[in-house]
Amino acid sequence: MIRIERRLVQPRWLSVAVPIGTVVVAFGVMTIVLLATHHPPGHTFDRLFTTGFGGKDALNGTFVAATPLLFTGLCAAVAFRMQLFNIGGEGQLYVGAIVGAAAAIALGNHSGWVSVPAMIAAGAAGGAAFALIPGILRAFFSTNEIITSLMLNYVGALVIDYLIFDSQSYWRDTSSPTAKVFPQGKNFPDAASWPLAHAGGLLLPFGFLAGIVIAFLIWVLYTRTRFGFEVQVIGDSPRAASYAGMRTRRKILAVMALSGAIAGIGGASQDGDFRHTLDPRGLTSAGYGYAGIVIAALGRYNPFAVVVIAFLLGGLQNAGFALQGADFPSGLVGVLQGLILFCALGGELLVRYRIRFDRQVAATA
Amino acid sequence: MAAAVELRNITKRFPGVVANDGVDFEAAEGEVHALLGENGAGKSTLSNILTGLYHPDEGEIRLWGKPVAFSSPREALEAGIGMVHQHFRLVPPFTVSENVILGDHRGEGKKFVVHPRRIERRVAELGERYRIAVDPRARVWQLSLGEQQRVEILKALYREARILILDEPTAVLTPQESASLFETLRVMADEGRTIVFISHKLHEVKAVSDRVTVLRDGRTVETVDTASATPRSLAALMVGREVSLAERVERTGDVGEPVLEVRGLSAAGDRGGDALRGLDLTVCAGEIVAIAGVAGNGQRELAETITGMRAPTHGEVVVAGNRLHGGDAREAIRAGVAHVPEDRLHTGVAPSLSIASNVVLKSYRGGEVTRGPLLRLRAIRDHALELIRRYDVRGGGPELPARQLSGGNLQKVVLAREFHGEPRVLVVASPTRGLDVGSIETVHGYLRDAASNGVGVLLISEDLDEIRALADRIAVMYEGSIVGERRGAEATVEELGLLMAGGGE
Repeated sequence: MIRIERRLVQPRWLSVAVPIGTVVVAFGVMTIVLLATHHPPGHTFDRLFTTGFGGKDALNGTFVAATPLLFTGLCAAVAFRMQLFNIGGEGQLYVGAIVGAAAAIALGNHSGWVSVPAMIAAGAAGGAAFALIPGILRAFFSTNEIITSLMLNYVGALVIDYLIFDSQSYWRDTSSPTAKVFPQGKNFPDAASWPLAHAGGLLLPFGFLAGIVIAFLIWVLYTRTRFGFEVQVIGDSPRAASYAGMRTRRKILAVMALSGAIAGIGGASQDGDFRHTLDPRGLTSAGYGYAGIVIAALGRYNPFAVVVIAFLLGGLQNAGFALQGADFPSGLVGVLQGLILFCALGGELLVRYRIRFDRQVAATA
Repeated sequence: MAAAVELRNITKRFPGVVANDGVDFEAAEGEVHALLGENGAGKSTLSNILTGLYHPDEGEIRLWGKPVAFSSPREALEAGIGMVHQHFRLVPPFTVSENVILGDHRGEGKKFVVHPRRIERRVAELGERYRIAVDPRARVWQLSLGEQQRVEILKALYREARILILDEPTAVLTPQESASLFETLRVMADEGRTIVFISHKLHEVKAVSDRVTVLRDGRTVETVDTASATPRSLAALMVGREVSLAERVERTGDVGEPVLEVRGLSAAGDRGGDALRGLDLTVCAGEIVAIAGVAGNGQRELAETITGMRAPTHGEVVVAGNRLHGGDAREAIRAGVAHVPEDRLHTGVAPSLSIASNVVLKSYRGGEVTRGPLLRLRAIRDHALELIRRYDVRGGGPELPARQLSGGNLQKVVLAREFHGEPRVLVVASPTRGLDVGSIETVHGYLRDAASNGVGVLLISEDLDEIRALADRIAVMYEGSIVGERRGAEATVEELGLLMAGGGE
């Protein structure tokens, strides 16, 4: 008989053994999948690693893939800490991208010193405003924020589509005849391109660095300030918070706004770091927001863990892009990524719970 | 005849502690058997083993002579063991009858389509027969704690439990309710059921049980016939030394100006309707005023309204001359109202946060522990260490999550924090519920000291012994208002009980 029970204490060695174990299991299952589909496992793993993390080019690609995940991961972690389940990182990222793009276009080609901060601020404001919709509904009408924020993701995606495909909006490029036939966003002026940091041949997107700084600031905010203290108390016991005279409503609004702002900066980073135009293609199908939820859960809402996990998951995605081709269908890439995530989440369960194999009654009677 | 329950040499170890160390216990059919011991003596562990929640490391369980080993609570249930936990295992949004069939997989509980009427009828029947009637269609969150306990008992009866374990059942009851529970238990025992009654209240054990097994430090001390024992002899067995039972201690000290004036206070309850109806009350500095009453007559709402956790619909609360706007806990805290809530684990503290965080739960907004928006973690830690030392909190340092403290130590943390705020008024609700004899003495001492230092103490309790041991004045609450008042030294249990039942003057 098999039972699953909560661990009373979590032994230290488990936090080392379980991640290693999950990786071993994940690769074990993947080996079976690869053998079944007639791909040489050793070779495939080697390529997976080299295209994700081996060498400078691979790492540069990984940073690109990890940047949006870092923002959406932090977005989710910030809200989950207060038991506020903001599932809307996806939509908040879109709105951040829209408002950030408006700032980039409006400010013209003057100076990066103006455009870049303005895009960050605009993205943050957009994301925050969008997140405040479920925030206000939750704070004043006790609406379930999981549902409202999730639904707004679809709204966000439709708005981007509308702005580029279905309207003559401010964001759409209507200057050339081809652009009228094939809808696309206006190209940003050069001043709106975010700088790249060069470090020993590595190219670090400005957004990734900004994300690390934000992770640090969140850590300070949540562990060292009165604001963070209130968030912890409300997250742990809303009744204790109200007993201590904390203003729970205000905190819900503030945390939702903060969470949305981080996702919004992620959207602005998509504009400024990579795309240099508002482009629904790719953006609305990547599922950054949902990946962020997984990252936040794996990182147990710890901002530094989110940085590391976003990087690793970015590498996996990046390797996936490189791996797929004529001999290696993209579906198989998805299977491999899914297996790793599945094992990681399963391993997480093992840290908190244990499985006991009991023999029936006879053993003790 | 074989005993209904027989535990032999049960040992259960947890990391760092041996909770049960070779415990022997047996209870016969048709017997009310009390299990007596201080907190931490191993009573709860033993009952969890008996109900299949824990697996003993060593030892043997026999039911009616047959050895058994449970690998889950369900198996224990099927073997006929029912348990009424101290913290109820009910689903608040569900109705009484839904809770009764929850997890049951015989009869109605097994069917895909549930027929609520049939269950309701059965629940009503059982309630009638054992005189623990509850409206089967009421939702559990609407019920008082006393009524919720009845639901737990009904649950066990519905499943035809032959052995019923009750963990500190009277903690949520008034004397009359307890007396009526005891009658119910007697009826069940007379039908041939076995009742295991876990308690540390001596007079109850004396009143209800046939035999008593005393546990201390995880070991069986002795099993005695109740008739041949006295409260004092039981207390000595339980604590291992002679103890003074909670007796009235007269305080000296002057009663000063009114510090808490409640005038015409009304407030809505959680179930809608008025929980408080034009209540008037005055507490003076240096005085302990107790509110006695049957659970669910608005005591909780009174505490919440005074402390700002609930908004009044009419009337006013005046603290040391300042009229509160109401419905704002922060305002009440600033005015000098300290509050030791009934639910200390989920209201009095944030359970997963450290002791250090919890001692600054109300003072984190300013003072020595902050610098601008930042917290001074070292100062908070030092403050916690200081309070842990001064109030003798045992079990761990400032980093320990509050939930890992025992009830008595947790209450010390709450009291330490509340006293540190230098309150004018202290509202305490059931401050010693679930605490052992030693902790009760300590907590009572702190409350007396507070009053002697000029704090106006409002004690809300369902424990009349406690009230009579502490209060200068006793006000009896019935259906949201005060129906009578007595001087503490003069009140008798009969007189108070009559008032509590609504027989006002």
